[in-house]
Amino acid sequence: MTTQESVDPGRRKFLDVFLAGSGLAALIGLIYPIFKFFTPPDQEEAVVSSVNLGPAKDFPANSGKIFRFGNKPGLIIRSADGKFRAFSATCTHLDCIVQYDGKAGDIWCACHGGRYDINGQNISGPPPRPLDQMSVNILPESEEILVTLELKDKT
Amino acid sequence: MIDKIYSWIDKRYKIEQLLYFSKEKSVPVHHGTMWYYFGGITLFLFIVQVMTGLFLLFYYRPGADSSFESVKFIITQVKFGWLLRGIHSWSANLMVLAAMIHMFSVFFHRSYRGPREMTWVTGVGMLFLLMAFGFSGYLLPWNELAFFATKVGTDSARQVPLIGDFLLKLMRGGSDVTGATLSRFFGLHVSVLPPIFSFMLGLHLFFVQIQGMSEPMGSELSHGKKRTMPFLPDFFLRDLLIWLVVLDILILLSVFFPWELGVKADPFSPAPAGIKPEWYFLFVFQSLKLLPPHIGPFEGEMLGVMAMGFGAAVLVLLPFLERASSKGRRTKLVDVIGVFGLAYFAVFTILGYVID
Ligand code: HEM
Ligand code: FES
Repeated sequence: MTTQESVDPGRRKFLDVFLAGSGLAALIGLIYPIFKFFTPPDQEEAVVSSVNLGPAKDFPANSGKIFRFGNKPGLIIRSADGKFRAFSATCTHLDCIVQYDGKAGDIWCACHGGRYDINGQNISGPPPRPLDQMSVNILPESEEILVTLELKDKT
Repeated sequence: MIDKIYSWIDKRYKIEQLLYFSKEKSVPVHHGTMWYYFGGITLFLFIVQVMTGLFLLFYYRPGADSSFESVKFIITQVKFGWLLRGIHSWSANLMVLAAMIHMFSVFFHRSYRGPREMTWVTGVGMLFLLMAFGFSGYLLPWNELAFFATKVGTDSARQVPLIGDFLLKLMRGGSDVTGATLSRFFGLHVSVLPPIFSFMLGLHLFFVQIQGMSEPMGSELSHGKKRTMPFLPDFFLRDLLIWLVVLDILILLSVFFPWELGVKADPFSPAPAGIKPEWYFLFVFQSLKLLPPHIGPFEGEMLGVMAMGFGAAVLVLLPFLERASSKGRRTKLVDVIGVFGLAYFAVFTILGYVID
């Protein structure tokens, strides 16, 4: 009893503030590294600018094929008239992988039924943007296909 | 014998006092008493999930090169492995269903009204945790359907204003759905969510225990003498009987409708037709599908995701937004909103199955 009465209120206040302040500082000090820990580090992505898909004769007309472009999927299409086109195969809607629909002659995404025309323009369904374009070159000697990502000009 | 054990324990730990509490507990009897069972069913199914989940952990090996193979091993080689996986999968679905029925019954009975606001808040919190359980668990077998459903589900998070891109990376453990995503989902599913859920469940039951069962509005006043039944043993025995029936249903479903494993996920193959999330996400999925790409200056998706977030916030805060019932007034509007919500959910879920 006597000891309690003799507590100096100023001193008590100081201790309260001191303890609360230290607790708060410790909490912030912990939250920051935890938060950072869960943020995945940027992984160095092997910069791929072009890939070789092998001989052009391996691609039948009116067909499409998914290929690896670094760690992203690409779609190469050989249309009925024998022309090649290539796009990023990542649907601009919600990240599914699109496919060539030989019957309709356009590009289809199974996830929500989005469609793009043969030039990658979104024509129906939910996709908000066209597919990213890639350019296709046929190497003169080997007749192999070289696909290159078209860099959007950063002006 | 049992008496002896009981008195041995009681002498040392005074459990008589603890049990006294539950002896006092009683359950009101009225036209809606049957709805009181759904909370208990949800609880039972959670116990089933924890048990079967722990069993699966003995063989499951998370990883892009091992998840699919290990689940295949469980269902083809391990004795009764198919049964345990079947029960875990079916029970997950029935648990979400039971929790939803429980929630709607609480909603229409206005049992969330004061002083039971926090019971509702913890309940809705658990429903969201259940969805997180379902979403993370769905990816674990690493099959094609789950892979694309997870791509779509996590990509929707990118539509959240400001922090969208960050959220996407946080969920995926990188910018794509890969083995890193699988590791995260696995950790979440088996070691982060269970303790959080258990804690919420503890609070929820603690609140119910302290405040007793709510009664339908009006009946407290109109019937001077209310009818009740003791929780122990009357109500609890009924609970047990229903749990047995639910267990039978689970086993029948697992035996006659074995849970599919499908094809292993391949990040370099086109999405197959018929990508669907689990049924309780289907209404969200279907809504996103029907939204036009652009609404005014916004992307349709962004508005959709924001609307869902708004709906979720309203659901959590319901007892604080709807004060009339806490003051003893019954408003028709609440029923209208409830019926509308239920109809929206039902119609969009069914649409999700019929339209492809
Ligand atoms: C302590 C609790 C839990 C543990 C340890 C656990 C563990 C596991 C494991 C190891 C798997 C992978 C095996 C497999 O895919 O068959 C799995 C899958 C799954 N879990 Fe859980 N789980 C728990 C609770 C829950 C709960 C509460 C739900 C409720 C929604 C749930 C829903 C699922 C689903 C939907 C799958 C996918 C099933 C499949 O397709 O195979 N789990 N769980
Ligand atoms: S992800 Fe392609 S249409 Fe939705």
